Amino acid sequence: MSPGADDRWFDREAGPVVRPYAVARGRTRPRTGQFDLISVVVATGVPPPDTIWLGPEQLHMLSLCRRPVTIADVASDMDLPLGVVRVLLSDLSDQGLVSVLSTPQPREVPNVHVLRKVLNGLKAL
Amino acid sequence: MGSKLSDPDAGRERPPAATKILIAGGFGVGKTTLVSAISEIRTLRTEETLSQQSTGVDDVSGVDGKTTTTVAMDFGRITFSDDLVLYLFGTPGQDRFWFMWDELSYGALGAAVLADTCRLGDSFAAIDYFEQRGTPFVIAVNCFDGAKRYHPEDIKIALDLDPHVPVVLCDARKRESVKQVLITVVELLLRQPIEDHGERSATGG
Repeated sequence: MSPGADDRWFDREAGPVVRPYAVARGRTRPRTGQFDLISVVVATGVPPPDTIWLGPEQLHMLSLCRRPVTIADVASDMDLPLGVVRVLLSDLSDQGLVSVLSTPQPREVPNVHVLRKVLNGLKAL
Repeated sequence: MGSKLSDPDAGRERPPAATKILIAGGFGVGKTTLVSAISEIRTLRTEETLSQQSTGVDDVSGVDGKTTTTVAMDFGRITFSDDLVLYLFGTPGQDRFWFMWDELSYGALGAAVLADTCRLGDSFAAIDYFEQRGTPFVIAVNCFDGAKRYHPEDIKIALDLDPHVPVVLCDARKRESVKQVLITVVELLLRQPIEDHGERSATGG
């Protein structure tokens, strides 16, 4: 099939205007911190200092983190790949703008109180 | 709030507990149907390291250093309260994405392996994985319309399962049925020897 006018991609179909690696400025791994899929992060409320520049994605991320939120939800809300979200969150964490409230524990030590709450929650659905 | 006099954390905001259960099973067995029957479905994009299996499949010549590929995956979220959320992560059904399982299963409470009696063999890989990692799991047999019904004990024998692994029949489209599958997972966990850390362990305090 030869490319014709019907094959052109517009707007969202054409993909992101800025490639994910550009958003993360070429970095694929965060410098610090373990950001698991269900780690909970929250904005510290500290205003960003004038000395640093935050990109639009990081400002969006900060607004999403006003309430405690998981990494999976941040990545889903922003429609950015998980790795990029981890890099950007790591930047915000380095600057003291977000903090990690909790990270999942290895499953060898499940918390019985949490399990009971999950069970009750499921039964009440 | 004033009634929690014995709680030293009263008045201090406790971090919400985020928990997860994995939904595994062969390709096309109904994992996404199951997750969407009981939770709000969300989509996550993730880049994954190109595995050995990609060699010869994905052409990476001319892009030296390209070592990752993007994978989209669905997950479900059930919000019980402000401080308790359960995530349901479906494991990728295709063999190519095996390498994502370690990340998905880290910190998971347990798993449900969705099985189809017409293609029981498709669930072997997931069962092996959870058995090797020691992740507690239940088998949820998705009873497709018109499919022959088997007794759970017969399915247990066919899958060569340990006697303690629960087998439940379910309809992945029905909320109540899926709810029962998840309850079976959590009840299995509560029957296992687990440490009682108290509620405050979640805060790290």
